[in-house]
Amino acid sequence: MCGIVGLLLKNTGMRDHLGQLVTPMFNCMATRGPDSGGMAVFREPLAEPERRFGLFTPLADFDWSSFHTSFTRDTGVDGRIHSIESHASEISSIAASDFRAWLAEAWPNVHLISVGRAIEMYKDEGHPGEIADRFHFTEITGTHVVGHTRMATESAVSPAHAHPYTAGEDFCLVHNGSLSNPYSIRRELETRGIEFETDNDTEAGCRFLEWRMREGDTLEQAIETSFSVLDGFFTFLMATSDRMVLVRDAFACKPAVAAETDDYIAVSSEFRSLAHLPDIKSANVFEPAPEQIYSWTL
Amino acid sequence: MAEALQFDLARQTIREINQFLHQEASTNGVELIEILNPDGIHSIAAGVDANVAVEIRGHAGYFVAGMNKCASVTVHGNVGWSVAENIISGTVRVKGHASECAGASGHGGLVVVEGDASSRCGISMKGCNIVVGGSVGHFSAFMAQAGTLVVCGDAGPNLGDSLYEATIYVRGKIHSLGADTQEEEMQPADIQCVARLLEAAVIESDVGDFKRVVSARRLYHWNADAHQEY
Repeated sequence: MCGIVGLLLKNTGMRDHLGQLVTPMFNCMATRGPDSGGMAVFREPLAEPERRFGLFTPLADFDWSSFHTSFTRDTGVDGRIHSIESHASEISSIAASDFRAWLAEAWPNVHLISVGRAIEMYKDEGHPGEIADRFHFTEITGTHVVGHTRMATESAVSPAHAHPYTAGEDFCLVHNGSLSNPYSIRRELETRGIEFETDNDTEAGCRFLEWRMREGDTLEQAIETSFSVLDGFFTFLMATSDRMVLVRDAFACKPAVAAETDDYIAVSSEFRSLAHLPDIKSANVFEPAPEQIYSWTL
Repeated sequence: MAEALQFDLARQTIREINQFLHQEASTNGVELIEILNPDGIHSIAAGVDANVAVEIRGHAGYFVAGMNKCASVTVHGNVGWSVAENIISGTVRVKGHASECAGASGHGGLVVVEGDASSRCGISMKGCNIVVGGSVGHFSAFMAQAGTLVVCGDAGPNLGDSLYEATIYVRGKIHSLGADTQEEEMQPADIQCVARLLEAAVIESDVGDFKRVVSARRLYHWNADAHQEY
């Protein structure tokens, strides 16, 4: 199993309460995935050329202040950092490739888990309820969010194996299911210079879709292509800076339910995690059909 | 109508309610039980073996009315996976839509889904009857052994794949038939059967428009020359 949740707020007045709405969804789905959890939050995008670099270190008491000082000193580029124990966001106008090169050289034990103008990432090993408390999920604000609770079936339980997975900028994916051919996809992508950080099947799917988009496909075209490339079971929930996208494989044996009102779109593995949402009793509640792409834009 | 005994899942646990339904409902004379705020909770009224009516006011989760015997259970909303799974007798009615595996493995009784049922509706059914007011998803009645599935709307891909002796009637379009399944001409007995089930389900549909789908019985005997193609 695994649990997925997603919430996109159309009503701008609700965006200060994103965390209060999504945290009960996330915590409820901990029963489907008690070993790890994560959320990718999308906020109003930073102005160009700024990027938010999402960072993770295994050390909860890591000295992010020294990290930040080292960044500005070494690169000569300004920035500002926000941190919560093992996670931080360094906001800077440095080019992403320069940031990656500097990080690998200066802080090899600090991992870059997200890059973009809108995305902010939290994920770790542990019970999702504890992760929600540690990273103050109820206080999250933003336009939309996707989350995942993991019950590992095919690769290790570690912070790096927790979802969401990211590739490129402002793109993330959570997955309920399992892919049977991640290694052949990976070998194909590695010959094109794409680097992997884990041996996880979801990372292969995420990097495949992002590679197709860099090659010029729309996300819809990339997903259509993936139907004949990805072998396995999946309910994928994806997000970019301005939309949330859901797709299930042809067999649709991994669940999903969506609820839509004038104010929001909510997606979950099970309806019970949506039951607390405002006006849910009058929402249009439906089960997404197999191999159909559902895209909701801000 | 008898006065309802009310339970509220916002204040009571599912175990409390199901224990009452299992242990006391058949002996204390109650005829009507109402369950409020189901909120997608799983296993509501699963395993009931009593002549009672259970009204569930809202959306229910997985396994609602599973293994139902004798009871008449109505869900005034949608249901998650496996509603009325392994139903033995009685009636389970869903006023909204049903997720996957509705009526899976059912031995007897009647399952009514007034809206759409999702994929694998009636998978491995063993004698129950299922009437769907809307459409059903892919692989419905997969390996169904006995009983009848009536679909007033359309059927998704691979209908009745590897079917045994269950009979399927579909009024709308059939996306595709599964392996070893064939369409046959409706006979007067088929029309009577559909009419009887629609009446029992209290669903209106034009009896004359249905198609009959049954097993072609080619999978019954292993054919080494078939190269897995049926």
